[in-house]
Amino acid sequence: MSASLLFVQLLNGLQYGVLLFLLAAGLTLVFGIMSFVNLAHGSLYMVGAYAAALAYAASGSFALAVLAAMGAALAVGLLLEVAIVSRLYRRDHLDHVLATFGLVMLFNELVRLVWGPQPLFVQVPEVLAGTVQLFGFNYPSYRFAIIAVGLLVAIGSYWLINKTRVGMLIRAGAQNPQLVGALGVNIGLLNAMLFGVGAMLAGLAGAMAGPLLSVQSGMGEPVLITTLVVIVIGGIGSVNGALYAALIVGVVDTLGRVLLPLLMRQVAERSVADAAGPALASMLVYLLMALVLALRPQGLFPARRG
Amino acid sequence: MSSRLTSTVVLPVLLLVAFAAVPFVATALEQPFWISFFARILIYAIAASALNLALGYGGLVSFGHALFMGLGSYAVALPAFHGIANGWVHLGLCVGACGLVAWGVGAISLRTSGMAFIMITLAFAQMGYFALVSLKQYGGDDGLPVAATSSFGGFDLGSTLPLYATALVVLALLTWWMAKLRVAPFGMALRGARQNARRINAIGLEARRLQLVAFVISGATCGVSGLLLANLNAFASPSSLAWTVSGELIVMVVLGGIGTVAGPIVGALVFLGLEEVLKGWTEHWMVIFGPLIVLMALVGRRGIVGLIAQRPKAGRPATPVVASEGGV
Repeated sequence: MSASLLFVQLLNGLQYGVLLFLLAAGLTLVFGIMSFVNLAHGSLYMVGAYAAALAYAASGSFALAVLAAMGAALAVGLLLEVAIVSRLYRRDHLDHVLATFGLVMLFNELVRLVWGPQPLFVQVPEVLAGTVQLFGFNYPSYRFAIIAVGLLVAIGSYWLINKTRVGMLIRAGAQNPQLVGALGVNIGLLNAMLFGVGAMLAGLAGAMAGPLLSVQSGMGEPVLITTLVVIVIGGIGSVNGALYAALIVGVVDTLGRVLLPLLMRQVAERSVADAAGPALASMLVYLLMALVLALRPQGLFPARRG
Repeated sequence: MSSRLTSTVVLPVLLLVAFAAVPFVATALEQPFWISFFARILIYAIAASALNLALGYGGLVSFGHALFMGLGSYAVALPAFHGIANGWVHLGLCVGACGLVAWGVGAISLRTSGMAFIMITLAFAQMGYFALVSLKQYGGDDGLPVAATSSFGGFDLGSTLPLYATALVVLALLTWWMAKLRVAPFGMALRGARQNARRINAIGLEARRLQLVAFVISGATCGVSGLLLANLNAFASPSSLAWTVSGELIVMVVLGGIGTVAGPIVGALVFLGLEEVLKGWTEHWMVIFGPLIVLMALVGRRGIVGLIAQRPKAGRPATPVVASEGGV
């Protein structure tokens, strides 16, 4: 394998990691601060992807599609928060799992009911359809755009959490929500806002992923499960941890898929290696998670708690 | 206490007697489909009862019990593929593999608790899913037809009636065992550890060890349901390890009544029965079923058995059958 191909795969891993970060950033805050297990986060990602696909087909503008995705996911997210999620914060995790499991079933089936089981295909927007020349090889501009968007969100969330008053409340809420509430802060509003922002980022991720993956019912769950892995590896409630872990998981998964079949060819027949390699590569991130939890149950970059 | 008696003795016995009558009724009405349908209910009731040991008694929210069902299925399909039809080999492999895997998964997962425990058990089930997908020589994605069903001497699980009878006996034995275990010192200590692990540790018991033992028994028993399922379907597929299956098992336990003896049986019956009824109405049955699950989570989780046993008696409140909702 040539060095440039490896570099391309590294960029692909980075792009996948960034996409995971968009999902993980909101979810880890919901997990860490509200202590709420949200399996329906993947559905919000799906809502975003569908909203973007439909808006793009109707308007022809990808920017508008992204806005539509974020708006739709925000609206659905807030609706869920007010109607269901906010009633469950005080319950234990089993109730969270049950309620959001039911929501996942509902959303997937609703989408199948309305748009059918066939996937929607989304074209890469024309402006970003080309490639970028970098160190003598070509890389799709669209994937670069995803990396750029992800890094912008990472910087934005760092600024929001560490430099603003709201961010201070978020950090305080992560450590001791009762005390923050006792100081006169409207915790309910803060929670709803956080949930909404998380939903919006999930919608953004869905919109960005649309042109790369097929937009279909059930698309949220594989990526949700990988996002859960990211959150656990990064440390629940830690946005910084989510960023590092997302990049680690993205790169490990992508490189594993490329390198593992090659490595296996050394020890097994080519046909067996080509067949088993990708599936074993899929196990890699879970193995990583098990290893991390076995050695550091609190995650690699846990949120600081008082 | 009559309510406790209802949930641990009367209700399970009534249910098992009703299940025993199913083949006769189905044969009389010439509806053989009902036998295999109720066999599926029995098998899921076994799996849910097994999960209930970890989830209900132990308070361990395992989101990965499909792993054990799947492994149990493959414990039939893999030897059968190589021409081994001996049911005792299948059973030994099933219980051995599931127990061993449950021990490994449990030992690592129990280092965490709460949310992380849910997620790591889910991750292990996914790992198993992809491991089985990677076995291309055994069908990979497509699954593996069971070449020879489990044969215990002359008794073969290949046809529906013997399978039904076996599943019923297994469920009856398991239910009896769980009813005993629930009030045995081990069960009491385990339930105590769910409510307050620190106190259990303080009186000289080791909470994590109790939970690990419960998890291993739970996993191995859940594997048996997979063995039966593979014989019923004559098929083993990685899709039986899908995370949704783990979710459905949890729903069954909670729907029926978490931590009760009869709960998982009622839950499996109602879940699969409702699914069948809704499927008759519309192919998009999940649009109705999903919100029902959400509703169930919202109104709190006494479960059906809880509702039956909790009928308010004049003068004094009934003893709660479902122990207080301890932290996970």
